[in-house]
Amino acid sequence: MPQMSLVPFWEVTALNNIFASLGVYFSYKFVIFAFIVGVLVSLCASLLGVTLVLRRCSMIGDGLSHVAFGALAISAVLGASPLAFSLPIVVISAILLLRISENSKIGGDAAIAMISSASVAIGVIAISLTTGMNSDVNSYMFGSLTAMEESDIYLAIALSVFVLIFYVFFYNRIFAFTFDEDFAKAAGLRTELYKTVTAIITAITIAIGMRVIGAMLISALIIFPALGAMRVFRSFKAVSICAALLAVISASLGICASCLWALPTGAAIVAFNAISFLLCSLAGGIIRYGR
Amino acid sequence: MKNKTLYQIECRGLALSYEGKNVLSNVSFSVSAGDYLCIVGENGSGKSTLIKALISLKKPSGGEILFGDGLSGKSIGYLPQQTAFKRDFPAKVREIVLSGCLGRSKAHLFYLAQDKKRAAYAMERMGIAELAEASFANLSGGQKQKVILARALCAAEKILLLDEPVTGLDPTSTKELYSLISSLNKNDGMTVIMVSHDIAQSLTYANKILHLDRSVKFFGTKEEYLASNELGALLGGDGIE
Repeated sequence: MPQMSLVPFWEVTALNNIFASLGVYFSYKFVIFAFIVGVLVSLCASLLGVTLVLRRCSMIGDGLSHVAFGALAISAVLGASPLAFSLPIVVISAILLLRISENSKIGGDAAIAMISSASVAIGVIAISLTTGMNSDVNSYMFGSLTAMEESDIYLAIALSVFVLIFYVFFYNRIFAFTFDEDFAKAAGLRTELYKTVTAIITAITIAIGMRVIGAMLISALIIFPALGAMRVFRSFKAVSICAALLAVISASLGICASCLWALPTGAAIVAFNAISFLLCSLAGGIIRYGR
Repeated sequence: MKNKTLYQIECRGLALSYEGKNVLSNVSFSVSAGDYLCIVGENGSGKSTLIKALISLKKPSGGEILFGDGLSGKSIGYLPQQTAFKRDFPAKVREIVLSGCLGRSKAHLFYLAQDKKRAAYAMERMGIAELAEASFANLSGGQKQKVILARALCAAEKILLLDEPVTGLDPTSTKELYSLISSLNKNDGMTVIMVSHDIAQSLTYANKILHLDRSVKFFGTKEEYLASNELGALLGGDGIE
């Protein structure tokens, strides 16, 4: 079909339709809010994910998201503002989890599993005492486009600016303490401080992103980009940059797909993260096979 | 610290404990400039705990550690046991070696030109200059240890502290690493403190021996150690071949 090849892609009707309907969606404020928060939270989670995954403590993200679910459910029962209520609870849990996994005889993974399931149990009881399982609960678990308010945006922007500054300016220290904690400590680095800061900003990231992405899905944002980037790249800098890019692209595509086909937002974002991980694995395999 | 010492490192009546249980007690020894000290003893004799105390990862429960010669625990080049770092870590050799300079440029967020020079020299010295851009995960066990030793060299002011540096290496790499360490000691005037399971090698290179078993079984020169009964006890009566 010779004429087809002359038609530029932006004039193909199907794509045209997609862009046109995306344009309509993005004229709504709440979609733009969700887009900004979703992308920024993904970016933060991916950068934190690089150090968490490499330190073998990415499960802390999973534990915290379950705590966040419990906190959200209780805030709904009490009629409190979801973010204002859950943020301090998640941050305190992050510090607690860190302490428990280091100091006590209970292993870190077991401590996380205990706190996760207890939080979900409390959340489910709180929900059943009041509204029962409804669409609100569904959106807590799997994310929703409509949950964001303007104030959430400012928080998300402030968080991502902080995470980016932390990551860029303390890059060498984060590298050293991720690679070898004992050595970093011996060199006079305050590793406890870095650990605590990382756990706290992970908690804040989860609390902010949870209502767009969903409590059950948000830990994927910590794990997928870092693991995907590690399939392809072999230097810490390249892995960090690649993970951030993968996260931003997956979040953007996921939110667009969520608009177009009315998919649950978090699920769509995580699906794109999973696809990007598979593509990275494939690319990594090809690179290594080529050598 | 108020107390001064003429040695580079001096431990006086040092006691170390985990959760209230004494691991080491009454440990006294000293390290002078240019020494090659081997710390020997069975598993669980407190060697690793002593190492952690020397680099201030562990607070003594009694006694004291004194640094002379303008040194501190932070100016020791530390090579941890191989379980401490991750073998599949995505990093370039240069990134890892440079991270050894962190302790010296504390006020700066980024590495200075002098740090980069120091890292380049350390890689040159370890014979891994051509691996600078290579990925750590793809290196052999022997090459990985040279990278970690180069990182320790970046951190070391005058003392290298090596915790079982050759564990798991093949004989060729082991020999190569030992001769590198020995040359750092002899030619660069670096004081070496090494924890080792390898008694025969320790006795070849070291000039001093510290034999631990919950406390000091022996501390002195290699010659004195060879003449003592402690060596035989450690080898279980087999003697050295």
